[in-house]
Amino acid sequence: MGMALRIGTHLLLAFALPPLLLGVINKTKALFAGRSGSPLLQPYYDLIKLFRKGSVISETTSWLFFAGPVVGLVTAALAALLIPLPDAIAPFSFTGDLILLLYLLALGRFFTAAAALDTGSPFEGMGAAREVTFACLAEPAIFLGLLVLAKLSGSLRLADLLGGSLASHWVTGAASLALVLLSWFIVLLAENCRIPFDDPNTHLELTMIHEVMVLDHSGPALGAILYGASLKLFVFSALVVRLALPVATGSALIDWPVFVSGLLGVAVLIGVVESTMARLRLTHVPVLLVAACLLSAFGIILLVR
Amino acid sequence: MAHAAEPVLILAVALNFVALGVSRLRPVIHGVALQGALLGILPFLTHPEIGLRGGLLVGGTVALKGLVIPALLFRAMREANIQHEVQPVVGFIASLVLGAVGTGLAFVSASTLPLADEHTNALVVPASLSTVLTGFLMLTTRRKAIMQVVGYLILENGIFLFGLLLVEAMPFLVEIGVLLDLFTGVFVMGIIIHHINREFAAAGTEQLSELKD
Repeated sequence: MGMALRIGTHLLLAFALPPLLLGVINKTKALFAGRSGSPLLQPYYDLIKLFRKGSVISETTSWLFFAGPVVGLVTAALAALLIPLPDAIAPFSFTGDLILLLYLLALGRFFTAAAALDTGSPFEGMGAAREVTFACLAEPAIFLGLLVLAKLSGSLRLADLLGGSLASHWVTGAASLALVLLSWFIVLLAENCRIPFDDPNTHLELTMIHEVMVLDHSGPALGAILYGASLKLFVFSALVVRLALPVATGSALIDWPVFVSGLLGVAVLIGVVESTMARLRLTHVPVLLVAACLLSAFGIILLVR
Repeated sequence: MAHAAEPVLILAVALNFVALGVSRLRPVIHGVALQGALLGILPFLTHPEIGLRGGLLVGGTVALKGLVIPALLFRAMREANIQHEVQPVVGFIASLVLGAVGTGLAFVSASTLPLADEHTNALVVPASLSTVLTGFLMLTTRRKAIMQVVGYLILENGIFLFGLLLVEAMPFLVEIGVLLDLFTGVFVMGIIIHHINREFAAAGTEQLSELKD
């Protein structure tokens, strides 16, 4: 495949596919509940609707209130450009890009939380505090997992960590990689506000984590937040899929369909988890996140012993 | 040590963390039952040549650790009407972290131990040490008597694992003796839990701080 075509496919996949993942999750949940559910493409319709609406803005807010959704969306989009998709070439790739990836996501989170605080609503402040608390437990889990991959591949570029050589590492370091995979899936659920950490459909402010931060946003700003969230879901799903299915046959006709079906598989899995599990009590959330960190840390111990 | 044993050992160590981090008794007992059963079949994986006598012993171990003892514990749980470990002496996150530190130390120190050549790189030694440490931690930091029994079981699992290194030199006979002790121990503790519960209407051991003639 030519370079332009590759990058074109990457862009198309990274920016057009994410809302579909949300649709798949909702459809899976509907099937479990015995409903027919909203159409698979509903998230696209929702986004179009939101972007055409006007918005109501509180008088107490400042420019930060707008910066939240915008920075959240832009950082998630940049993160999606750093993730190596099947051909192991991301539009941007350099040594150390794994740190940029995580800090982009952290920056987006910072601005979302700051925008929430900017509204002055006590609920939103509470949500921001929770989001940031859980994030600082989820971040080490990802970093430790990346450390395992870096140790195996001897490189600090995401393209090498998650590239074609990963398949051979599954032979030598299967145990460590399996632990990292489990840990990352837990983090995926936490970072994307999924059950058992947060219920994306909840309507009670007291129990919300992420949703409560965006209560005051409406119209295009809310659309940007929803789209940014789906991009973030895409980024984490792509990491998990690349780790779980590191196929690199060299033939684009095999690699890309495997990757896309892997992404859809992760979405179905999230739907199954959401349908079969209850939310954790808020005080138990850190325990599960610490466990995710320990899984990755244990993966490192197994490698270096 | 055979390569097939490694996933089993890693799962066993992962179950240690389940025992340390979960407050509900039911999943913890299930986890320990699974751990006992996994370790029970381990001799088959590492020494496939143990024969009929060994096979019977393995069957006995799995049945006792995987079925009988958990059933006893579930009965004790029902009788004492306990579902949760509330407020252990050391909190759940702290005990998880302590367990992780212990596991890390076990892995680091295992490589410095003067072991026989065929054992130097085996995962068995660190897994055994970390399981023993987890057992100690549970025994000392949990308030509910059933959780302490579970800690005791984990401790024994760790010792069993270590005994696996000596299978050629020291046959299962010793292990069976330990197993019998364990069974008696759990049985006695089951009775004690019942009595504590009847006397104090709660099966916490913190009330048992005074000795009487």
